[in-house]
Amino acid sequence: MKPLSRRRFLAGAAGIGVAAGASAAGATLLGGCSSPRGHPAGPTPGRSPAAATPSESRPGVLVLLALYGGNDGLNTLIPYADPAYLGARPSLGYQPGQVIRLDAELALHPALTQLKGLWDAKQLAIVRGVGYPDPNYSHFRSMDIWQSGVPDRDEPTGWLGRYLDRTGGKDPLWALSLGPTMPPLLQGASVAGSALPSGNLTIAPAIEPPFTALMTPAAGASPLLQRVAASGADLLTVVHAVREVLSAQTAPAGGTNLEGGPPSSTARTAAAATGLDAQLDVVARLIVGGLPTRVYVVSFGGFDTHGTEKDTHANLLAELDSAVGAFAKAVAGHPVVLMTFSEFGRRVAENASGGTDHGSAAPLFVVGSGVKGGYYGDEPGLTDLDDGNLRFTTDFRSVYATVAEGVLGVDQGAVLEGGSFPTLGFV
Amino acid sequence: MAADRAALAHLLRRAGFAPTAAEIDTATAAGYGATLDALLDFSAPDPADAAPTPTFGPASPFAERTLTPAQRQAAQRQRNVEFAALQRWWLTRMAATTHPLREKLTFYWHGHFATSYDKVRLPALMYGQNQLFRTLGGGGFEALTQAVAKDPAMMIWLDTSSDKAAHPNENFARELMELFTQGIGNYTEDDVREAARAFTGWVLDPRSLTWAERPAQHDSGSKTVLGQTGDWDGTDVVHILVGSAASQRFLAARVWSHFAYPVAAADPIVTDLLPATGNVTALLRAVFEHPAFLSPAARQGLVKQPVEWLLSLVRVIGVPADSARLVPILSALGQVPFRPPNVGGWPQNGYWLTTASNLARLQAATFATRSADLSPVADAAPSARVDAAAHLLGVSWSDGTARALAGVAADPRQLVTLALIAPESVLA
Repeated sequence: MKPLSRRRFLAGAAGIGVAAGASAAGATLLGGCSSPRGHPAGPTPGRSPAAATPSESRPGVLVLLALYGGNDGLNTLIPYADPAYLGARPSLGYQPGQVIRLDAELALHPALTQLKGLWDAKQLAIVRGVGYPDPNYSHFRSMDIWQSGVPDRDEPTGWLGRYLDRTGGKDPLWALSLGPTMPPLLQGASVAGSALPSGNLTIAPAIEPPFTALMTPAAGASPLLQRVAASGADLLTVVHAVREVLSAQTAPAGGTNLEGGPPSSTARTAAAATGLDAQLDVVARLIVGGLPTRVYVVSFGGFDTHGTEKDTHANLLAELDSAVGAFAKAVAGHPVVLMTFSEFGRRVAENASGGTDHGSAAPLFVVGSGVKGGYYGDEPGLTDLDDGNLRFTTDFRSVYATVAEGVLGVDQGAVLEGGSFPTLGFV
Repeated sequence: MAADRAALAHLLRRAGFAPTAAEIDTATAAGYGATLDALLDFSAPDPADAAPTPTFGPASPFAERTLTPAQRQAAQRQRNVEFAALQRWWLTRMAATTHPLREKLTFYWHGHFATSYDKVRLPALMYGQNQLFRTLGGGGFEALTQAVAKDPAMMIWLDTSSDKAAHPNENFARELMELFTQGIGNYTEDDVREAARAFTGWVLDPRSLTWAERPAQHDSGSKTVLGQTGDWDGTDVVHILVGSAASQRFLAARVWSHFAYPVAAADPIVTDLLPATGNVTALLRAVFEHPAFLSPAARQGLVKQPVEWLLSLVRVIGVPADSARLVPILSALGQVPFRPPNVGGWPQNGYWLTTASNLARLQAATFATRSADLSPVADAAPSARVDAAAHLLGVSWSDGTARALAGVAADPRQLVTLALIAPESVLA
């Protein structure tokens, strides 16, 4: 994908705002009528500088994949040729004959076969040794740091929440996370992303008008009351737009039935849409269908492998590999960049339970047809450790700066503070 | 709503689950002091205790190593059936108990010492931990924490079940400090590593699935935890941690945050509660008797957790407590009992206010009112139905909500559906 200048981004957006207004999509969405097909789904016109944007002129779409628990970077990108690796991990480590070699030093975990295909196609960037100064070993504090983009103090806004503050206006479609809750990274100072339910999206048409009246934030009400109402108002916007995009497509056989379905199918679809493959399947369909969303967040947990790690981690990476591989195929040709992140890597040496404790730096993956495949950042050494942990070589804010400028088309100052971080050039 | 009825409704919501209009009226007649005394008295008989407790097969992951894959799958299916029964059992208890605060406190400890079936995989152990919270939850914090440290579900959840001197596992030691007793900033990385050494030698006996000690695996060297040095074992470490001044502030702040409104450990309210931290029941009394508990900040300071909101469908609207629909509703809302998202438990307030949860509430309320007896509202004249819905749910409507509800007063079903999801009903 070509990096888009800020200027081109604004120029493209301005023209589209007019188009969306002419289609009166917003009136249809908020009026509660059953909307006819055929006009582009879009947010209410006039609320943001870039209301609805057809895919051909939009800057990139960012898909963030959060790996909760602390993914073991050393068993993901494996320094198989370094004797210190198996020395620290006699039972947990992989032998040189078991891994998927990328070069004479590094290899992928044996489960990552589709990622190897993307690597060979130059559509996988591996950013090595990503971390931040003075690493924190708490899941919660370290995840807060990754989500806020601010390592040295508590910061209530997320790095992409600040992007929404800057560019998204009040458009609830600008950023979507899948599942019932929303990660703090989408919390801005004045706006936030929306949570796309994983079950069916049925709302009885008759209840929409009184629901809209009920969810009108009242001036002077307490902040929590206002927030309930605001999330209700945003819900209708999101549901209408998403339903419209999905109903225009034929659901793949055996795929996730996110849209519609009788109420009795709620449990089945809700359960079905929580797997990573189902989440990414929905995201791919929304992107291909032209939803104007700029940022999606999906999540995948279970990486806190303190004990009996080998099988658990292999299963997790196999699920990751299959879901990301299918997603890359589904969005091929679209300006989409998927990036993984986790709160930390793990301790170099294995523990007595066949697992690893909380660590620091780790690699992350960036996937997309416009990504410049290859390594970015240096591989941390296995012998020069900080109390048993890897020393980071690449500041995570450099990754964010690269994504902000190369995918989202905003200056890194829109999402990061504390100076200019060198960009990495993977997009 | 009369001032004292509003105060009693607030107390019953925070100290229990979704009070009915009749319960609020009874409590209002009894008065705040007498109602609180009754809530804090866990000794009287509880009809919920008469309900059959869940039963569990003799499952042991250790014994299953010799099974065929098909047999192992069958065993796991059986455990999943038992787990679903366990979830129904607890939701039914929450709905039926006459000791709502004991059940609410059990639910609080489940979030404090958050442990998930997703890793434990043995329903019998989740049940055992739940009973531990119920029986010890109102006593001393140290006795409870000592019991939790040796609780089999916790030992599997945070990997103390296989701790060895050669390479101690830090998982439990870290969360014991960060999430259970001290709070971040009140311990060091060295404290974590030293405490992990103290817990070495604690294992889960593979046959009995209970805590056991393996002296040969214990690191008997000297350890320093929070500045105190000695050959500590796990019990010593829990004693040192729970005895710290930071721990008392941590506990008081956390309990206040979950029953009144969120505060930091440095908040002056926490100082007011410190004399009561030796006993959890005394701490709860201090919370509910604190003047700030009835302040506007407290009354509008918490969002209902999904379990609390769901129980209004059960206790007030009449959805059966054993309905198979309840757990899927909780799943869509993001809070499934025995399956917290991680060891930190469930966050509060804004975490529950997403577009997705709003849809889940709307769909669940639509389902709940479909076949409910709505006569308390439907029997009122249309002009009185908005107030009748407020009385039913024990809330007061803002002008905006009252106007929106008045617009559907001709249709009691739609009125109650919307009343259940109105902003005022989403706050705790």
